[in-house]
Amino acid sequence: MNVFLALMLEFFKIGLFAIGGGLATLPFLYEIANKYDWLDVSVMSDMIAVSESTPGPIGVNMATYCGYNAGFSEAGVAGGIAGGILSTFALVLPSVIIVIIVSKVLERFKNSTLVDNAFKGLRPAVCGLIAAACYDVFKSACLETELFKESDNLSKLFDIKALILFVILFLLTRKFKKIHPIFIIIPAAIVGILFKM
Amino acid sequence: MKVLFQLFLTFARIGGFTFGGGYAMLPMIQSEIVERKKWATEEEIMNYYAVSQCTPGVIAVNTATFVGYKLRGGVGAVAATVGVVTPSVIIILIIAAFIRNFLEYDAVRYALNGINVAVAVLVLNAVINLWKKGVKNIFGYIMFAIALAFSIFTDWSPIFVVIGAILFGIVYGVYSGRKAGKGK
Repeated sequence: MNVFLALMLEFFKIGLFAIGGGLATLPFLYEIANKYDWLDVSVMSDMIAVSESTPGPIGVNMATYCGYNAGFSEAGVAGGIAGGILSTFALVLPSVIIVIIVSKVLERFKNSTLVDNAFKGLRPAVCGLIAAACYDVFKSACLETELFKESDNLSKLFDIKALILFVILFLLTRKFKKIHPIFIIIPAAIVGILFKM
Repeated sequence: MKVLFQLFLTFARIGGFTFGGGYAMLPMIQSEIVERKKWATEEEIMNYYAVSQCTPGVIAVNTATFVGYKLRGGVGAVAATVGVVTPSVIIILIIAAFIRNFLEYDAVRYALNGINVAVAVLVLNAVINLWKKGVKNIFGYIMFAIALAFSIFTDWSPIFVVIGAILFGIVYGVYSGRKAGKGK
């Protein structure tokens, strides 16, 4: 099968069946790597690392990267660009259609007490899910869990530089509540470079 | 037409400054969509997030589609979605074509570590905001604690938390409705 056609088909499938965010697409990507020769398992870890550390939704980044690799192996840089764009398009197409349908349904049942009650249960639960995500980010940004496990020394658990930056940024954002996230992210990147974090 | 272009631009800005996936996008959405543009309320964004958890696809993209649809129907949904993925596509294509080893540069690693700290702060603020708006009574505290515990201590998909929360919400609604009815 033509590489571009296969790309679109596979990423459409991922968009349709991967529920729960970017990392849910991983098992699908491994399946693709097993099935076709244009995606190599050895480049997967590199692709995941790049997708996680560049801006944008992780799932979208992986689709673009994977599409570029596949298209490149077929037709050089131009093929890579086409592959990246096509895979991304195929990935988001099913969810756009589904979300529009869900929006229409929700609109119709806007005044139903059943839907209202469902959301009353959902909102605090989603807050809990995001708090858990926050804990994960904090752990990877400010704690050295590996170092702590090896040494069993509590003073090794904290990445002091990161922790100080965390406290300063947190106090700043509590003081200036309307500050735009971009003005937190960019200075943090600069501080990271200056202090070799 | 102007609104469509604004939708595209706003979501492109959100996509371009989201580091670390769906949840990390929430602070950007709160700042851009809720506070500055007033396109949706905090409650609506939370509803979209909840529904995006259990609809297929990338959470950040689904949330963009929801907001776009609310403002301008199908065309708005497409404008917001194209906006949120555009920076990703451009950045990844540049990296894939020219700087495949970009993670090996020390400066990039240091910058990313700094950004990670910023994201942790931003997401913590998002949680505080959501807590103030969405967790108000003992039922809310319990739902919050259960969801938090499940996602930290188990590998279960968040879909189960979402479905469970829907059922609890409905049961609680019926129960508290009955109690209110008796009171009258």
